[in-house]
Amino acid sequence: MASKLKLRVNGVTREVDSAPDTPLLYVLTDEMHLQGPRFGCGLSQCGSCSVLLDGAEIRSCVTPVSAVNGKSVTTLEGLPQWYAEQKTLAKAPELHPIQQAVIDEQAVQCGYCYNGLIVKAAELLSKNTRPSDRQIREAMNGHLCRCGTYPRMMRAIRRASEMMRDAHSGAETTAADETELAANATGDSAEVAR
Amino acid sequence: MSARSSEAIKSASKSSPRSERPSRAIDRRDFLKAGGALIVGFSSAGMMADKLFAQGPPFMRMPGPDPRQLDTWLAVHSDNTATVYIGYVELGQGSTTSLLQVSAEELDFDLSQVSTVRVDTSISPNQGGTYSSSAIARGSPAIRQAAAEARQVLLKMASQRLGAPVEQLTVAKGVVSVIGASGKSVTYGELIGDKRFDVEITGKAPLKPVAEYTLVGSRPPRNDIPAKVRGTFTYLQHVRLPGMLHGRIVRPRGQGAYGAGAKVKSLDETSIAHIPAARVLRKGDFVGVVAPREWDAVRAARDLKIEWDMPATLPGSDDVYAAMRAEQTVDRVVLQRGDVATAFSAANAAHTASGTYHGPYQAHACFGPNGALADVRADSALLICSSQDVYTTRGTVARLLGMKPEQVRAEYYEGSGTYGHSCYDDSAQAAAILSQLAGKPVRLQFMRWDEHGWDPYGAAHVGEVRIAADANGKLVAYQYDGWQHNWAAVESSEQLALGTPAAEWRLGMAQQVNPSQCGGMYDIPNIKLINHQVDGLKYLKAAWLRSPLDLAFSFASEQTLDELARMLRMDAYAFRRMNIANERWRGVLDAVAEASKWVPRPPASRVSDAKIVQGHGIALGTHLTSYGGAVAEVEVNKETGAVAVKHLYGAIDAGLAVNPAFIENQISGQLVQAASRMLLEEVTFNKTNVTSLDWNSYPILRFEECPKVTPICVQRLDQRSTGAGEEVMAATAGAIACAFFDATGVRMTEFPLTPKRVLAALRKS
Repeated sequence: MASKLKLRVNGVTREVDSAPDTPLLYVLTDEMHLQGPRFGCGLSQCGSCSVLLDGAEIRSCVTPVSAVNGKSVTTLEGLPQWYAEQKTLAKAPELHPIQQAVIDEQAVQCGYCYNGLIVKAAELLSKNTRPSDRQIREAMNGHLCRCGTYPRMMRAIRRASEMMRDAHSGAETTAADETELAANATGDSAEVAR
Repeated sequence: MSARSSEAIKSASKSSPRSERPSRAIDRRDFLKAGGALIVGFSSAGMMADKLFAQGPPFMRMPGPDPRQLDTWLAVHSDNTATVYIGYVELGQGSTTSLLQVSAEELDFDLSQVSTVRVDTSISPNQGGTYSSSAIARGSPAIRQAAAEARQVLLKMASQRLGAPVEQLTVAKGVVSVIGASGKSVTYGELIGDKRFDVEITGKAPLKPVAEYTLVGSRPPRNDIPAKVRGTFTYLQHVRLPGMLHGRIVRPRGQGAYGAGAKVKSLDETSIAHIPAARVLRKGDFVGVVAPREWDAVRAARDLKIEWDMPATLPGSDDVYAAMRAEQTVDRVVLQRGDVATAFSAANAAHTASGTYHGPYQAHACFGPNGALADVRADSALLICSSQDVYTTRGTVARLLGMKPEQVRAEYYEGSGTYGHSCYDDSAQAAAILSQLAGKPVRLQFMRWDEHGWDPYGAAHVGEVRIAADANGKLVAYQYDGWQHNWAAVESSEQLALGTPAAEWRLGMAQQVNPSQCGGMYDIPNIKLINHQVDGLKYLKAAWLRSPLDLAFSFASEQTLDELARMLRMDAYAFRRMNIANERWRGVLDAVAEASKWVPRPPASRVSDAKIVQGHGIALGTHLTSYGGAVAEVEVNKETGAVAVKHLYGAIDAGLAVNPAFIENQISGQLVQAASRMLLEEVTFNKTNVTSLDWNSYPILRFEECPKVTPICVQRLDQRSTGAGEEVMAATAGAIACAFFDATGVRMTEFPLTPKRVLAALRKS
């Protein structure tokens, strides 16, 4: 019998019992009982099942576990640790900045899509600490949210970007980005007493 | 078995959100046991099904908690905290946190001192389903009263303990002190700590005056978000039972005519012989597969060779409106006021506008497909589901299993947003059937095509509207004729398994022409609303979808109003405002006009030959009670037919806003979801079955298309709280259509406003 497949999931190496053609999603949810990645479509259309594979966002619902043998998978649960490794921090923070920003913005409604939204945003911010409004929309466009929380998620990404810049002030800035960020403030809310 | 159970317990406890501390659930069980009379409280967060069933079936036959008993609603613990039992489910709208604000306010607890447990037919008061935006509207008075009653009992106890009259007592953070006597104090926890109140609710306990509110009306963050963001929140889709099998249903890809259902013509079980662990289960025309491993169940459902008999009797989505309009219908005058015929006559009506409008079937399209877990034993059953109404779901599943409702315990776990009656009942029934057939616990997960293809959709609609104004712009007559069918009363699982004939709900609110939405916000002396009920058995099955039918009503009604405004050369906002007397309707209208810096002009007065044109629109909307208003700013590319919604403003007056921040989030979501429904969403079907089965064939709005949004919560401290989850949907539908009209001078007669449909309309004009 062939030796078992192995995965490194959130920093821990795990053996896989499932058949090699099993989508990674079912290994993560049914064998490893992770609650970040979750079933949404099984068709790579919605982003509900997203995880990072060696730092790049993939859809675990259509990725056979054999295709990721020996590789490093990061799920929503592992983002703080992954962030610490990216930034060579001594200790993992409580939350990845995008997770904190989503809480600060109270962006979530049902929250089911937020696994994918957060994982994708974390990938985006790891490559581009100052994404413009257009870059955010482009990067996030393959992730759906049925509750319609896109505007708040965009605010959360901008907030996380600022938090990361404050924490690591070496980031480069350009005037054009600043203007675009300001011009695209996604909306203001108001409470009116009558 | 016991080792697996305890592991499951551990993982469930670890992953429970903060608001649903499992320790409290166990406390309640022990506490109820201690009280002796009522032993009903168990939660799967603290106890697995096996242990539960070990208690024997008589245990399951306990009635639901008695709503007259104060103990049904809350328990105060020794550590000076309280558990509040809420009959409404959290759907991502924040209602759990809001209801805790209400209870803490009335008890003079800190918000951190109150929590709740998940909704469960064996624990939670039956407050009816969480629909029609009811959680706060109906939930807050009951919980407020219960908390006030508890406070009275506790104050009397404190009065004895401290030797001071109740009038001299004051409470902060659950600590009762004597005014002017420092040091003389006792906590609620010390007074009653985990003992029963054992009193009935009198309905007479005085409520705290609104002017003294500190928590209600404030904006504490939602208590479920941190776990949802960390990946530790347990959605329905995460729940597992010991010894369970994974199940999938096998149905035609896409439902057919509701009345016809689907019949198995042939089924070849050997076609899944290559998946030896999988079993086919069948009851009548209900077919499913189960397997210990989920991927085996998915593959088996995919590979099973099965032929279906489905009649080609549907009209098809292209011809659905003509078919409905041609039906023999059951007609009913919903509202008649004044004399419409005379008012429409030339002598009275200087201007008359009319039109025929079409709205498609639209899907709930839950982001995470529905599912459920069931453990059906010989004489009792456990059901774990994401029903908006666990008591009703329990009843229908019991009937299906041949049990009494008391033999079934239904427990709620939040799934993804449902926005109405999606497949949660269908999937709960399917899980129960599979578990009964398998003789084991089954976790059923709908696949994407099951959810999209077998959803009870929001119904298609044909509206004919005619509105008249006098020469001064005063509305004088309004007539609306609406064609649609009612909601499905029998779920597909039951229909397929038992052969129960398809049946529709009796006509009622939200299934017919809505007097609140069709002219109801304006002052119109002569009005006639007629409902033409189509036989739904010949069409797709339907159910309530967020603000049922209201988007179609608003699309028809508000565009026709703008046509009148154009004839009158009046600004759309001013025209509406002069026809409204109700200050709350004016309030939301003014709020969105002000927020959007509305520039007055007659609709369609700036139509040009430019390739890309802009327009704005304003409209009102409601569902049943609250007041909604919206402004839309759109851009239309006349060469491609693409409509871009650039900015939406939405306002809701839902009376006393318990947590305005949550209402703002609801408004934002409604603006975006309504834009999605107006621009993109339609269920497509041919003569046999539905063909929109995933996110490609049923697209919804994406990041790149998302408008800016500005939500406005109108706070009215002197009005009772009403729902805030639906009202901006219809207002937005009307506003987007009116903005398109303003930009192009063309009224769209059918939504969604797809490029193809837009180009056809522009060419025709």
